[in-house]
Amino acid sequence: MTETLLDIANLHVRFGATTAVAGACLHVSKGEAVGLVGESGSGKSATILAALRLHPPNARISATHLTLGGHDVLTLPQPALRRLRGRFAAMIFQDPLTALNPLLTIGTQIAEVLTRHRALSPADARRQAAALLTQVGITDPARRLAQYPHEFSGGMRQRAMIAAALAGDPALLIADEPTTALDVTVQAELVRLIAGLQRQRGMGLLWVTHDLALMAGIVDRVVVMYAGRVMESGPVAALYANPRHPYTIALLESLPRLDQGRGRVLAGGPPDLTRPTSGCVFAPRCSARMPRCMQAPPMFAAGDSHVACWLAAPAGAEVAA
Amino acid sequence: MAALSEASGVSVRYGGVAALTDVDFAVSAGETVAIIGESGCGKSTLGRTLLLLQPPTSGTVRFRGEDLTALPARALRQRRRFMQMMFQDPYASLNARMTIGETLAEPLVVHGLATWRTARPRVAQMLARVGLDPGVTSRYPHEFSGGQRQRIAIARAVIAGPDLVVADEPLSALDITVQGQILDLLAALQAAQNLTYVFISHDLPVVRHIAGRVAVMLGGRMVEQGPPAEVFATPAHPYTQALLAAVPIPDPALARARMATAAALPAATPAPPNACPFVPRCPAARPICTESMPPLRDIAAHRRAACWLNEVPA
Repeated sequence: MTETLLDIANLHVRFGATTAVAGACLHVSKGEAVGLVGESGSGKSATILAALRLHPPNARISATHLTLGGHDVLTLPQPALRRLRGRFAAMIFQDPLTALNPLLTIGTQIAEVLTRHRALSPADARRQAAALLTQVGITDPARRLAQYPHEFSGGMRQRAMIAAALAGDPALLIADEPTTALDVTVQAELVRLIAGLQRQRGMGLLWVTHDLALMAGIVDRVVVMYAGRVMESGPVAALYANPRHPYTIALLESLPRLDQGRGRVLAGGPPDLTRPTSGCVFAPRCSARMPRCMQAPPMFAAGDSHVACWLAAPAGAEVAA
Repeated sequence: MAALSEASGVSVRYGGVAALTDVDFAVSAGETVAIIGESGCGKSTLGRTLLLLQPPTSGTVRFRGEDLTALPARALRQRRRFMQMMFQDPYASLNARMTIGETLAEPLVVHGLATWRTARPRVAQMLARVGLDPGVTSRYPHEFSGGQRQRIAIARAVIAGPDLVVADEPLSALDITVQGQILDLLAALQAAQNLTYVFISHDLPVVRHIAGRVAVMLGGRMVEQGPPAEVFATPAHPYTQALLAAVPIPDPALARARMATAAALPAATPAPPNACPFVPRCPAARPICTESMPPLRDIAAHRRAACWLNEVPA
């Protein structure tokens, strides 16, 4: 049995009348790369913020189970929680300028993580910071360490943020749309870099994205969210080759491809999250809608995947709500 | 056929920095032409220059045959009705303090096509055409989703009846399922109003399916042009090849195979002044590529490229 890094069961996140996450489950093991996919409002960001207890104070959180490295995230005292973040689980963001301090040199920021989480001396921290920059593909690290974030290009800034995230030698790296704002050429290099680092270090990787194309080559498993719920989860090969949930199918079909058609258009929009529904949240847009979709489907096992859709129900199953 | 919009020998310099260098680009009425390239390649600058939102440092910019750079300010303002810009970020491009009704009526009022009062029926009609409830005129941009805001921005761009619309990354901020809906809307409006689109994008798969012609830019220069099906199947410039090789493949096995085998593309670095801008990253660079910039020349029917590989035998 492999070591569990992150384990979330039946997570609910509410902001006022809005239910951002309703019963999500997510699991990342040591050395495993998991893609968490969803569009705006799917609850993917609320889920990972809750996983690190970084959610805004007005959020109300409940979960049957929410552990990071075996610690109960929701009840952990602040000092222990701070040690867990950065040291056990580090995060990289879409916009490195939100994560990097514009007033401090890149070297100071990476060294800070090293002295705080790894108790290195300032001189050792400096040496280690230079080594980290080299690992993320930044040449001339000695000069680069003395520079400020604005002196880096967008792609280089992402690399510097990755170096800072790796400084705590985390077991789990959470990447929240880390390449969205970048050119495709830079994207491709960063994806390759992160995939390589994950393998070398045996880290767990949680890749949070709206981009089904970009993550195909780097994750082992995919979790698809829609309107705060997990619609489908399964091994990457099965999910792309044989998607089971009509939403997953629609999402894959909507991708324009160089070698194929423009993609099919999924009409409509996500439901109003302030109005709870007792049925399947995707039913209003679903082409395979049936009468029993008025009742929310449970998660059914289908091969190696799990699917929240009545179409995946075993023959004869009439699960009562 | 005369071009609707045409840039000839256009250069734009900001201080000492060349944003565009000697660019020739033309669009015919009814066409959809995509401009692709990495950030900083000059694609947005070229789009803005076509509308004279950015005056060229040298060269001419024509619209319906008229030299826009020679027009007095007042005459230029009149022409603006027929050439509009659409931006990536509908959060930034819509005035947060104007209602949707005011936002859509403004272009009509500015160009003297209606008064604030008489604009109302046209605003309602336009909202319906872009798939929004005509009853939303008294609401503000923040009350709408990203996709709805992009619909409002599109309605504002086309309400005064332009011929040319320059759309700068109109899909990048949107979810994939919303992108498809907006592409359908842009196509419907083009058919209904006989619009000509210059579509600035970094998304090659989208460009492949919506553009009749694609122009590839690099370092402020035009390096390749042609029909996307042909350019993407047999790219004539190593830079176009590099862009294509970076397009994510939504297939786990193929994506993994490519990641394992593809050579890394070096990061962009400045090239010597007269060199091809791709020289520092080009796997096929030769001495001549550093000595002089290759001209953009016809290489086949409807296709042009600026690369010495197409001209000088190795």
